[in-house]
Amino acid sequence: MQALDELISASPVFGGMQEKHLKLIADCGRPVEVDADKYLFHAAGVADTFWLIRTGTIALELHGAGRGAVVIETLHDGEVVGWSWLFAPYRLQFDGRATEPCSLVAFDAARLRAKCDEDHELGYQLMQRFASYMAVALMATRMQLLDVYGDARAVR
Amino acid sequence: MLAQYADIPAGVSAATVPAPFEVVSKCQDTPDTYTFELRGRSGHALQFLPGQCTMLSRGGSGEVPISISGDPDEPERLWHTVRSLGLRTAAICASEPGDVLGVRGPWGQPWPVEYLEGSDVVIAAGGIGLAPLRSAILWLLARRQRYGRLVLLYGARTPDQLVYADQLRAWQERGLEVLVTVDSAGPEWLGNVGVVTKLARRAALDAPRTAVLCCGPEVMMRFMVDTLLRLGVGTERIHVSMERNMQCGIGHCGHCQLGPTLICKDGPVYRWSKIQPWINVKEL
Repeated sequence: MQALDELISASPVFGGMQEKHLKLIADCGRPVEVDADKYLFHAAGVADTFWLIRTGTIALELHGAGRGAVVIETLHDGEVVGWSWLFAPYRLQFDGRATEPCSLVAFDAARLRAKCDEDHELGYQLMQRFASYMAVALMATRMQLLDVYGDARAVR
Repeated sequence: MLAQYADIPAGVSAATVPAPFEVVSKCQDTPDTYTFELRGRSGHALQFLPGQCTMLSRGGSGEVPISISGDPDEPERLWHTVRSLGLRTAAICASEPGDVLGVRGPWGQPWPVEYLEGSDVVIAAGGIGLAPLRSAILWLLARRQRYGRLVLLYGARTPDQLVYADQLRAWQERGLEVLVTVDSAGPEWLGNVGVVTKLARRAALDAPRTAVLCCGPEVMMRFMVDTLLRLGVGTERIHVSMERNMQCGIGHCGHCQLGPTLICKDGPVYRWSKIQPWINVKEL
């Protein structure tokens, strides 16, 4: 298997970071495999882990009374799963289910947070990357809220 | 035949007189969208280019501009995919085989498919916006060796709102890379969930080689173009199909004016760089 720090540096979210920071991040990671249809995490759980998808698809789900599970988004190769670990109270917001066999890197987020507290440059670099990731996700969410394919009744 | 359709040869009709076309078949694509195959009563083929539209009508309910979704290489079979959104489209959607519809056209500027030979072509579609692109897809696949990668990025609201779902696999087998996503779905849906712009990031495009044909709701097109520009695709290589209140179809009435252009005559297909200044003008 490819070394963790190589995997991490090749990912869009961590690419371009300094080698010493990549090593610190890699020290917090471990490879994990998840079978299809298994839950990786559940809403309201402690956000002490986040994941980098090497291969596979993770569906973020929200359960509502009377509606069952609704898939909010699917995440794919090279994407990170989870940013609740960055912000207090560090609680997960959604369920995460593998829709196919997945190969992931799981990161000990609590340990990485502690490293960020010790090394603010690492914290800044991570925060900048996750903020960019969140901005894209926010824009996507706004587009979904617009319901652009909805029933825009007009003169037709 | 309904009295209001003059019995004149299809394809050579006067610009303001609808020619009679008979509904040969009807297929339900989504709960509110149907695809019709029409044949001219006179037997003449309606020659058209990918991306052109006709003014379609059912007796007494008025005309509506609908893109031609059929195969340009089979002009004797006129295909239209229509979503029931108002009185006019509801009347058309209520048509059954044997009924007669009025057709004027074809009108408008087509997708520039011949000028894209040698390029990778991305077809970006949102919702029923795939209908005007279907004719381009069929054109490109019929000439597959003349193009580089052909990639379809297709987004819809939910899985049951995907049009031509039964044709995607066949297109894939003929050399079209198909990436589909929906805005929301239940757990039984095993495909992608998320906005269509995300597919552009996943498609690993070779930006300098890439040309884009994009059609969908205007908001979707704006976000899609923004994403493609960020990925490095040139603004001159992005083409969109616009929609406004089209009435006459021949550039006389002015209802579909957008800035300095008339969409029925100068469009509906535009190079992004030409139409972009007018897209964000709210009064237009």
